[in-house]
Amino acid sequence: MTYIAKPKLHHPALTHNAAGFTRRDYEGTISTLCAGCGHDSISAAIIHACFELNIEPHRVAKLSGIGCSSKSPTYFLGNSHGFNTVHGRMPSVLTGANLANRELIYLGVSGDGDSASIGLGQFAHVMRRGVNMVYVVMNNGVYGLTKGQFSATADRGSKSKKGAVNQDSAIDLASLAILMGATFVARSFSGDKTQLVPLIKAAISHQGAAILDVISPCVAFNNHAGSTKSYDYIREHNEAMNRLDFITGQEPITADYAPGTVTDVLQHDGTTLRLRKLAEDYDPSDKAGALAHIQERAAAGEVATGLLYLDPLPRDLHEGLNTVAAPLNSLPDEALVPGRAALVKINAGLR
Amino acid sequence: MPVVNMHTRTPIAAINDFVVKFANVNGSGSASANELFARAILRMGVPVSPRNIFPSNIQGLPTWFEVRVTEKGYLGRRGGVDMMVAMNPQTWAQDLKEIEAGGYLLYDSTRPMPASAFRDDITVIGIPLTAICNATYADVRQRQLFKNIICLGVLSWLFEIEPKEIERLFSEQYKGKEALLASNVKALNLGRDYARDNVATGTCHLKVRRADAVGDMIFVEGNSAAALGCVYGGATVCAWYPITPSTSVVEAFQSYCKKLRHDPETGEARYAIVQAEDELASIGMVIGAAWNGARAFTATSGPGISLMTEFIGLAYFAEIPAVLINVQRGGPSTGMPTRTQQADLLSCAYASNGDTKHVLLFPEDPKECFDFSAAALDLADRLQTPIFVMTDLDIGMNYRLCKPFEWDENRSLDRGKVMTAEDLDAGKTFGRYLDVDGDGIPYRTFPGTHATKGSYFTRGTSKNRMAGYSEAGPDYVENMERLLKKFETAKTYAPAPIAHLAPSPSRCGVLYFGSTAPAMAEALDNLAEADAPLDAMRIRAFPFADSVAEFIANHEQVFVVEQNRDGQLRSMLINEIGVDPAKIIAVLHFDGTPITARFIVKAISTHLGKTDAATKTLVHS
Ligand SMILES: Cc1ncc(C[n+]2csc(CCOP(=O)(O)OP(=O)(O)O)c2C)c(N)n1
Ligand code: SF4
Ligand SMILES: [Mg+2]
Repeated sequence: MTYIAKPKLHHPALTHNAAGFTRRDYEGTISTLCAGCGHDSISAAIIHACFELNIEPHRVAKLSGIGCSSKSPTYFLGNSHGFNTVHGRMPSVLTGANLANRELIYLGVSGDGDSASIGLGQFAHVMRRGVNMVYVVMNNGVYGLTKGQFSATADRGSKSKKGAVNQDSAIDLASLAILMGATFVARSFSGDKTQLVPLIKAAISHQGAAILDVISPCVAFNNHAGSTKSYDYIREHNEAMNRLDFITGQEPITADYAPGTVTDVLQHDGTTLRLRKLAEDYDPSDKAGALAHIQERAAAGEVATGLLYLDPLPRDLHEGLNTVAAPLNSLPDEALVPGRAALVKINAGLR
Repeated sequence: MPVVNMHTRTPIAAINDFVVKFANVNGSGSASANELFARAILRMGVPVSPRNIFPSNIQGLPTWFEVRVTEKGYLGRRGGVDMMVAMNPQTWAQDLKEIEAGGYLLYDSTRPMPASAFRDDITVIGIPLTAICNATYADVRQRQLFKNIICLGVLSWLFEIEPKEIERLFSEQYKGKEALLASNVKALNLGRDYARDNVATGTCHLKVRRADAVGDMIFVEGNSAAALGCVYGGATVCAWYPITPSTSVVEAFQSYCKKLRHDPETGEARYAIVQAEDELASIGMVIGAAWNGARAFTATSGPGISLMTEFIGLAYFAEIPAVLINVQRGGPSTGMPTRTQQADLLSCAYASNGDTKHVLLFPEDPKECFDFSAAALDLADRLQTPIFVMTDLDIGMNYRLCKPFEWDENRSLDRGKVMTAEDLDAGKTFGRYLDVDGDGIPYRTFPGTHATKGSYFTRGTSKNRMAGYSEAGPDYVENMERLLKKFETAKTYAPAPIAHLAPSPSRCGVLYFGSTAPAMAEALDNLAEADAPLDAMRIRAFPFADSVAEFIANHEQVFVVEQNRDGQLRSMLINEIGVDPAKIIAVLHFDGTPITARFIVKAISTHLGKTDAATKTLVHS
């Protein structure tokens, strides 16, 4: 990986969003990933979503593990602090960061090797704890950075570029996240920006553990016939459960929908998620139903995408800990150090 | 006949200076009675130093409680036992063997024992404890619990411990539970009365006499003190995974925070404690929190450190503060979970792959656990690197008499070099790994500081001064050398060693650290009495202060006393200071029990060829 700064030429035609930023302000350095890598499309979707949400870039902290996917945070939100941690352990670092300052937006970026292989434990536990974050898995079914070994999300029977057939069953991170207690679980495809961008926006506005499992083909090692994570395969087998429109509290609702096909879900922060049903019997608020549905689709050879599960009013980690509203990292000495008098009392109790 | 005195040896006679050991079965409720015994003596103004020797088990295995009674204030283990209170048939033979010639054995004589079960050079005091209990209490649980209190009553009679002090402790313990208070007092008196009526006066020559040797000292466990140090040091995030002997650090942190860190109006917490899924996650959380500007710590022991090493390397290389309280236990692997050692020096000092060096602090007692834990949080922020507080089970899990905690009202937390939005707006240049001040310590910013300035990317890969990814040799070398310079700077912030010099300069010196300190104090006195006064220096931190090198240079031979097999501190001294290995002699104690004064005296005097003279001073006078 080399470090190439993107020229900061401000194009006069670049429009500003309500927060006063242009699209450029949400970009990072030029990507050094392979041309056509799905991960770059996801980065672009993140840039798009943050721009449209009018987020101040520095209010986002982006954290990742190790892998091609985990390099991506360098390629978006260049004005945000970033942290490339160690392989598979981003969730714990993100949890700690969130404990220190509950006011920022935490964006965790990981790969399928990072999350489903070496980091499966931390993946499960960060969901259990309900850490308020957006967790994006750039899922290509292989270890890109170490050149094409199967990861734990590779489907049984899928073929590697070198012709090996995967014998182990796959871990479905979306189903696992639902089981573990994540409150916003979606799956999408790096090649489907219209589906992906609203999902990212909705995930950011979600006030709990939000995870996006994004199928993201690796053009170098997993885009051949026999792979179940290739562009062609996913385009053919993508089965969207719903389409999401993300509506902020203030905007008037304009589009018309046929009655009975739309559900509006109000979130904690006043935003609304408008879901257009595509699968007749799919209800994302029904946990058990969602899990069953994902399995049925998988058995039929389809990849269920869309908003798979949502609890719009989640309880986050801080609520359980009853922490003060002010970020812990902002508390002054007086709020932390009990002082001499208290110590004299403690001493007296120890005699 | 409750007393059998086998007169082949004069019974040991001592006032305020003896060792009593209780042999019990784990989970039998003996712990609180034993603790009362120690505290009652303390309340009579006589220092005591109790130690739990316990198994990694909840119920059924042998456990011991050793109390050093010491008017001189020797709080280490002396070695040897003057009276054994043998309540565990499982360990009878071993317990009997440990008693000093002329010592005492107290046992439950309900079931008669053949004379062959005893020794002929000790005084045997048999009390039918079970029989007394069975005659007094119908309830099985009561029989068990009050047996310990009756035994306490017997001991208080024998040692002449003032019963009013025990009763006062009862009333503190059972405030508002008058029935419990009364029944405990009754059990105590049952024991006292039995001893009065059945044990001849003049049987026991070990006595406690009221003294004034405790002063304003406090009696506290090191783990609790470390936790309080973290509260005073401003820690707001604690992430941990349970492991003996460190667990009580976090339990104490939780209970102190409950009292001291809740908003009086809203009841909200000004701290967060997360029990992580493992030590990888707990150190990850600490690093994430500290990266984001909170003061964070974890408490763990050897196996936890092993799991944390990859992250420790990240924190070192990416320069993120972290405080690790390592309550050391016996290793390697699961080792001896409930025994003490100082065997994680190397694994902490050089933790993780690549070239790393970490700051270690070595507290000697709870007072320093408090001081060093608070200091570690400052040091971590100041130096932007992991700081290890290297305590151990002996200090952490035993009540120890120490100086009261102090806090300077004018002290403010040192949050290190942090650039704020105002600094950035004022035009200060920010380069995350720029050595602006020449001390190797760069400036950092916290996430969310400024809309357009001061953001950077933190990574465990190599980088240039501006935090840009770089594999260029010169960038890497510059960075690694700056980290060394920073480690040199750490010397000026870390606690300095403390020298105890002999009245006239001695040819040989002794270096020691941590929980060896109290036994060393006694050993040095004994050696001096035996005509072998030694200069001594207690090392309190790594990197080693320059005065450590000077101390070694100024002596022909230097003993390094440690509680591990391989002489880890000695290796570090050779590695870091470049001393001639032939000059420094390792004195190693590593069986999992706390080191004793006798052990140190014997090892050193053997080297000095002073065996006879030195050991003589250890025999009871
Ligand atoms: C402890 C550790 N083990 C192994 C590696 C080597 N490694 C780097 S990236 C990677 C796999 C990454 O796979 P994935 O998370 O799927 O990311 P991708 O490159 O496919 O986007 C491995 C095994 C490492 N960095 N650290
Ligand atoms: S190897 Fe695969 S995952 Fe890595 S950058 Fe190339 S295409 Fe993307
Ligand atoms: Mg991958």
